[in-house]
Amino acid sequence: MYGLGLAKGLMVTMKNFIRPPFTVQYPEERLPQHPRFRGEEFVWYDERCTGCASCAKYCPLGIIKIVTSPSETAVLEGDKYDIEVFDIDIGRCMFCGLCVEACPYDALFMGSGFERSRYQRKDLVISVDELRQAVKRPSTWFRPQLENAQYDPQEGKPLAWEDVGREKWPWHKQEKAGAKINRTVHRGGAESSQDKK
Amino acid sequence: MPIRTEPVTINIGPQHPSTHGVLRLRVTFDGEVIVDVEPIFGYLHRGSEKLAEERNYVQVLTLTDRLDYVASMTNNQAYCLAVEKLMGVEVPERAQYLRVMTAELQRMASHLVAAGFLLQDLGALATPLMYCFRFREKILDLFEMLCGARITVSYMRPGGVFADAPEDFWPALDRLMGEAPELLGELEQLLMENEIVLVRTKNVGVLPLDMAIAYSISGPVLRASGLPWDWRKADPYDVYDRMQFDIPIGDRGDNYDRFRVRIEEVKQSMRIVSQCVEQMPPGPIRTKLPLVLRPPAGAEAYGRVEAPKGELGFYMVSDGSIAPYRCKIRSPSLINLTVLKELLVGWKLADMIVTLGSIDINMGEVDR
Amino acid sequence: MVPFLQDNVIYRGVYCWLGGNEGNAQWCGRDGLLPGGYEWVAYFVAGLTIMLILVNGALLGAAVFVWAERRLLARFQARRGPNRWGPWGILQPIADLVKLLIKEDIIPTAADRIAFTLVPIIMLMSLLLSLAVLPFARNTYLANLNIGVLYIVAVSSMTTIAIFMAGWASANKFAMFGAMRGVAMLISYEIPLILSLVGVVLIAGSMSLVSVVEAQYLPFILVQPLGALVFMLGITAELNRTPFDILEAESEIVAGYHTEYSGIKFALIQAAEMAGVLAASGFLATLFLGGWSGPFLSTQLGALWFLMKLSFFVFLFIWIRATFPRLRIDQIMAFAWKFLLPLAMINFLATAVQVYFFGFYHGDVPGEITRNEQWVMAAINVPLAVASIAAFGHFAREGIRVPAVRLESIVPTPRVAEVD
Repeated sequence: MYGLGLAKGLMVTMKNFIRPPFTVQYPEERLPQHPRFRGEEFVWYDERCTGCASCAKYCPLGIIKIVTSPSETAVLEGDKYDIEVFDIDIGRCMFCGLCVEACPYDALFMGSGFERSRYQRKDLVISVDELRQAVKRPSTWFRPQLENAQYDPQEGKPLAWEDVGREKWPWHKQEKAGAKINRTVHRGGAESSQDKK
Repeated sequence: MPIRTEPVTINIGPQHPSTHGVLRLRVTFDGEVIVDVEPIFGYLHRGSEKLAEERNYVQVLTLTDRLDYVASMTNNQAYCLAVEKLMGVEVPERAQYLRVMTAELQRMASHLVAAGFLLQDLGALATPLMYCFRFREKILDLFEMLCGARITVSYMRPGGVFADAPEDFWPALDRLMGEAPELLGELEQLLMENEIVLVRTKNVGVLPLDMAIAYSISGPVLRASGLPWDWRKADPYDVYDRMQFDIPIGDRGDNYDRFRVRIEEVKQSMRIVSQCVEQMPPGPIRTKLPLVLRPPAGAEAYGRVEAPKGELGFYMVSDGSIAPYRCKIRSPSLINLTVLKELLVGWKLADMIVTLGSIDINMGEVDR
Repeated sequence: MVPFLQDNVIYRGVYCWLGGNEGNAQWCGRDGLLPGGYEWVAYFVAGLTIMLILVNGALLGAAVFVWAERRLLARFQARRGPNRWGPWGILQPIADLVKLLIKEDIIPTAADRIAFTLVPIIMLMSLLLSLAVLPFARNTYLANLNIGVLYIVAVSSMTTIAIFMAGWASANKFAMFGAMRGVAMLISYEIPLILSLVGVVLIAGSMSLVSVVEAQYLPFILVQPLGALVFMLGITAELNRTPFDILEAESEIVAGYHTEYSGIKFALIQAAEMAGVLAASGFLATLFLGGWSGPFLSTQLGALWFLMKLSFFVFLFIWIRATFPRLRIDQIMAFAWKFLLPLAMINFLATAVQVYFFGFYHGDVPGEITRNEQWVMAAINVPLAVASIAAFGHFAREGIRVPAVRLESIVPTPRVAEVD
């Protein structure tokens, strides 16, 4: 009969009317995010980075800018460059994660936030100071060691540089085992030589 | 004495609430009847094929995500097939199953977008759109679990997929497959027998089969016109030859058939996903390839998949360097768009929007 | 010079406060503020008070309707509506109004300025005029015209002219499209609308809305099911609501006849449309559900019953809008002429025959159809309605049936050779 299809449609809409809505009240509630979410704020560990710039070479857009200078101390196993500039331009980044995939030392991770908006484009460039001082909650994307440890960046426990690597490289293993390697870690101020345990 | 009327040329411009993306249509009307249609595109041209010549093979993958941005898994799959043929590598079996599974999930999501926007163009405010998007949100949540991003996924790599599914993926997938028939059934009940939808879409925009073949149409548009042609059956890639599924075919090739074929394809995709979950073997997920690929000079390959919108093909030519020499994208939406004039002449303005929606084009693909 | 002093409490209060004297001491107990020959001032002020209450009530009602529609539509779509401004988002229409007020008032250069500016005025005017005869409760109305139904139909037809003026004066091809479609649709839907009202008038014996309410021993939706259906569909088309909203089909012609309107003119057009829905629900409640009468306390709580019935119809309008897609213009025409008009004529004929025979039974005094007679009419009309809808639906449907989609699982031969 004419109109029965219409009546069925009305019943479906009424059923959905009675059900609770599907949306969440942002910003009071948030949708659950998986630990593998590729977010905006990058997590970078100065202690692990050697300045090899694989990430900058592998980035399809060329938005990572790295300027290094040779280190002052003698060439030791595990010595690396001083990193003066390490800028990531979020304004043009597409968060593909190829830089994270390229990093051989597990120094660069994706973040898991998405609320890093600014009013001016130049503020969208993440500078090296911001990367050093940020609270480090890395996303587990392309990092099987973090996944196996079942780390969840949403819980808010920041990770230190010793806990995030795949530990294939000898200097980190030696440092963790207690050997003291003199390395200059440029902390944005006077150069200081620190002992790392 | 005959009345002399004057045809009016209107620009349904690049900014419009319902052309799917930035498509400009220069339409000539006689009253309300369409006399001529000229699609003008290129507003979203980003030079993907030229950019691909300057990036290495894995970086080009991130470009392919953004072609048909609604269905990026199948874009990745087509590209990876082409590069694997170039390099001559084999993909491990688990990776093939994962590829098929995610491609079918992506097909479901893309067809839901198509169906939702078709119904919105018909005028059903946004209600069926919201229902389709509610279903699609759950699929995109699964993608977030897999690869950290919902739409531009970059999940596959030449040689396999980049990572295995996490532990909590499989229960979530089972939950979605359990809820899916009910969600889809609700959509069908809302609209399949609705007299208004039937009256608006039946016998409107009929595409005869010989015209479809002459214009190189592929995908659900071709299947709705009556030909059972699906690349997953005609030339199976990955593990489609081990999957059992049917191909829905329409009778007449009108708007309703194209719409219906897509909904039926969603059901068939659900079948394929269940079979993948059952049959998936353990094993490696990525063939060990160097980070920077260097295919042999002079090699050519054409990798094609049955994307949700049609046959998506990548023709790659390599000259031995780390970047492709030529990457030509055969995009289904562009080829399907060429038949628009034949479908529309003689119909009315209201039908134009609905027919355009039923061909389901995506401007990211048309313009590349 | 003193209409409805005996009926309307507010009118009587203001009038007597200003102009009571020994001439009208039977209604006003005491003397008013004005000296002897100035009752016309009291008349003027009292009338103006009622008009202001009505106009403000209508526009506030339009604002509440906007809020209700957005929240209800959202709930139908599995999401929440606006809920940030005020408790449950009730101040959202005020935010929208302020936004529209501070926008620039643009008149296109090629537009006809006078016609362009007159359009929102005419639309709002026709709406408010039609609200004048709507009885909200016992003795609560602005005027009790004895040609109430005819007046409503006449006044609400001015909207058609306003829409055509909007399309023409905008000098915009999209607006012209909208207006052309609009005029054709609106004047075709007037005819079934009027015919469906004739049945109600025949039973009530008078065109005055108050008499119609008082004649409803049984709600006329049962006595005149076809009339109610045709009126409901017809008024949906007159209001340009889905499924007949091709005039402002957002996905096709951007915004139809009001494409070029911005700022306060657009706000007034929207207000006229929203308040039109309220007025239409009011008329449906009055003519077909019994106005202010309820199961108990009709005199004191009449406004409450009226409001409940009005809300029911408003909800029905919103529910239909949330569910159905829109029809094409030629299908809308076919629907009006091939489906609604025959149903309206069947209703008219059936009602006329029944009223004649009941008049025959009663004697030749027309009017008063008693409760039992109305039950008999209902018993005849409801099956007649179902039968006519089935019959005309069959004819109007052009043999559309939901087909089965074939499923094929054979591999089409031959296998395609590899291109490498």
